[in-house]
Amino acid sequence: MTLLSVNNLGKAYRSYRSEWQRIARWFYLPVKPSAEHWVLKGISFTVERGEAVGIVGQNGAGKSTLLKMITGTLQPTQGQVQVGGRIAAILELGMGFNPELSGRQNVYHAGGLMGFSFQQIDKVIAEIEDFAEIGAYFDEPVRTYSSGMQVRVAFSVATAFRPDILIVDEALSVGDARFQHKCMQRIRRYQQEGMSLLLVSHAPDTIRMFCQKGIYIKDGTIEKMGDAASVMDYYQAAMVMGNAVDESAESSLIADEALHDNRDAKFVVVDKASGPVSVNITCEQGYLQMGSRMTVRITTQFASDWQDPHVGFGIRTKSGIVIYEANTYTLGGKLRPVKCGESLAVEFSFDCALYPDTYELMVGVADGGYDRGSFKIPLFFDQSMLVFEVLAGSVPGWSGMVDIRPEVSFS
Amino acid sequence: MFALLRSLIRYRGFVFSSIRNEFVARFARSRLGGLWMIIHPLAQVAIFALVLSSVLAAKLPGIDNKYVYALYLMSGILAWSLFAEVIGRCLTLFIEKGNLMKKISFPRITLPAIVVGSSLLNYVLLFLALLLVFAILGHRSSLAVVWLLPLTVVLLALSLGIGLVLGVLNVFVRDVGQVVPIVLQAWFWFTPIAYPVTIIPEQFKSLVVFNPMYSIVTAYHDVLVYGKAPEPQQLAIITALSVGLLLLGLFLFRRASAEMVDAL
Repeated sequence: MTLLSVNNLGKAYRSYRSEWQRIARWFYLPVKPSAEHWVLKGISFTVERGEAVGIVGQNGAGKSTLLKMITGTLQPTQGQVQVGGRIAAILELGMGFNPELSGRQNVYHAGGLMGFSFQQIDKVIAEIEDFAEIGAYFDEPVRTYSSGMQVRVAFSVATAFRPDILIVDEALSVGDARFQHKCMQRIRRYQQEGMSLLLVSHAPDTIRMFCQKGIYIKDGTIEKMGDAASVMDYYQAAMVMGNAVDESAESSLIADEALHDNRDAKFVVVDKASGPVSVNITCEQGYLQMGSRMTVRITTQFASDWQDPHVGFGIRTKSGIVIYEANTYTLGGKLRPVKCGESLAVEFSFDCALYPDTYELMVGVADGGYDRGSFKIPLFFDQSMLVFEVLAGSVPGWSGMVDIRPEVSFS
Repeated sequence: MFALLRSLIRYRGFVFSSIRNEFVARFARSRLGGLWMIIHPLAQVAIFALVLSSVLAAKLPGIDNKYVYALYLMSGILAWSLFAEVIGRCLTLFIEKGNLMKKISFPRITLPAIVVGSSLLNYVLLFLALLLVFAILGHRSSLAVVWLLPLTVVLLALSLGIGLVLGVLNVFVRDVGQVVPIVLQAWFWFTPIAYPVTIIPEQFKSLVVFNPMYSIVTAYHDVLVYGKAPEPQQLAIITALSVGLLLLGLFLFRRASAEMVDAL
């Protein structure tokens, strides 16, 4: 069942030679706007019941404008939004809170703003108080709250009633870690009960974790839409390589797609070359096993002179969650300057502490490291250069992702 | 128009809690609390009475209460304070609530409804204080006071109509917000509130009827000070005008609300 259907949506901001002309137009006088500025154009997509859709895009790409039109605060210039249920948006937690009133009073007020009557809120107020976990502060004026406490109350109200569609815009990055987990749990539970989720984030990993479908918005139009993992790959590649992502980058992703299908195949020692970069994974036994020493070797041939080249790698799960990521710059190393046509091989050796599964190897090459691992010029980046498998060897005494090798003691 | 009404009814809980919250928040942490709302206009009356009563006392015919000027002044200020409050708050309403309107989807009509509600609350409190002061000054109110009910409705319609038009315009042309307080101040002095209509020079008297607040304030004087019903013809004209202005305000509000968020 389609809960939300967005059809050829567009938004233009019109300017007039004088504001009085705008006003004249309300009285049905024929006045032409002097300029139209389209911030969003031709957006169409649907959200099914229970589906989670992630939206990414750079600042100013039009994400917020899109969300505002879906929630109804902004009127579209073109196209329609059809909603088949109640939308709740966690866009700005704590909006409309009055600092002089207590948390409880603000809950009633905010609930009213969402269109609920006092009687309806009466029924869930205990649950809200419980979920917020701020104790006696619930009856103190909000001005005495820390910002974290405000967020707790605000989130509790916003999600007190299960909406049909929940819109989350970055807001989850606030509050302490424990409460964040609680929020996530609640969102997941609602999702299982059939709630649809529309998640806007700068963090592709969050979207990979929650969403099935991904939408990448660039300059006011949908640049790419499809399953979340591949859209996030495309987005991240676009971010790393600057805005000059051409069709070849997309085709390399399609090639990886084919690789995904071969995941059942056993990789013992893997290697792969992609353009100027070739990679291989070796280990002592000739196959990768939990706990064995493994080496990732990345060889790059440079097409021009570079003063400060760096090479990096990362390991991520099938679903795209990054387990580890580092490069020669963040690890404190410095390679030598290279000349055009020259090759450089870098090896990363480590004990394989991964749980038996298949993993993806990320590879990047860049020049000019600064700050905490940023680069002036990205040269090469591949989200999943190759797929490798870690074998069990013996039955592991733990489960999860990474062996943290705890020491056990009794007292 | 019915859609407006329907969403108002659905969001009544929000409207009422906003009115209450505003009231509570304004006087939180002040010792006299809500009393301040009455003290302000009464202090204004006291100042006017002190400064102007000896100048004007002789010129109020028909009433033999020596505090008659204070009574006259208070009745006028009762009407004016509602008028000025509704307009003043509507003027900046959409700009102040801009953030809320941008972030949260709720019927915008609740915003002017909240203004009307909380202004009305202030008005009723001021009216009660007025009755008390009248009693202390030895003025017996007559049954004509019930005329205040329709008068208040007409006054509200007039104020809200003007307020909505100005409030909407102010979103797009911010100069409106600067001009209106000046105009309101002048308007106050061009309305016979602090002085009796009899001192207006003869050649200007014919112009007074073009001031809608003149009819309203005169009606308030009739009802509260002279204890008689307001003049029906004047009342009919001002009612028609107020309803017209209210409809214009609502029309403008509806036409503009789509673009309002764009400009905020």
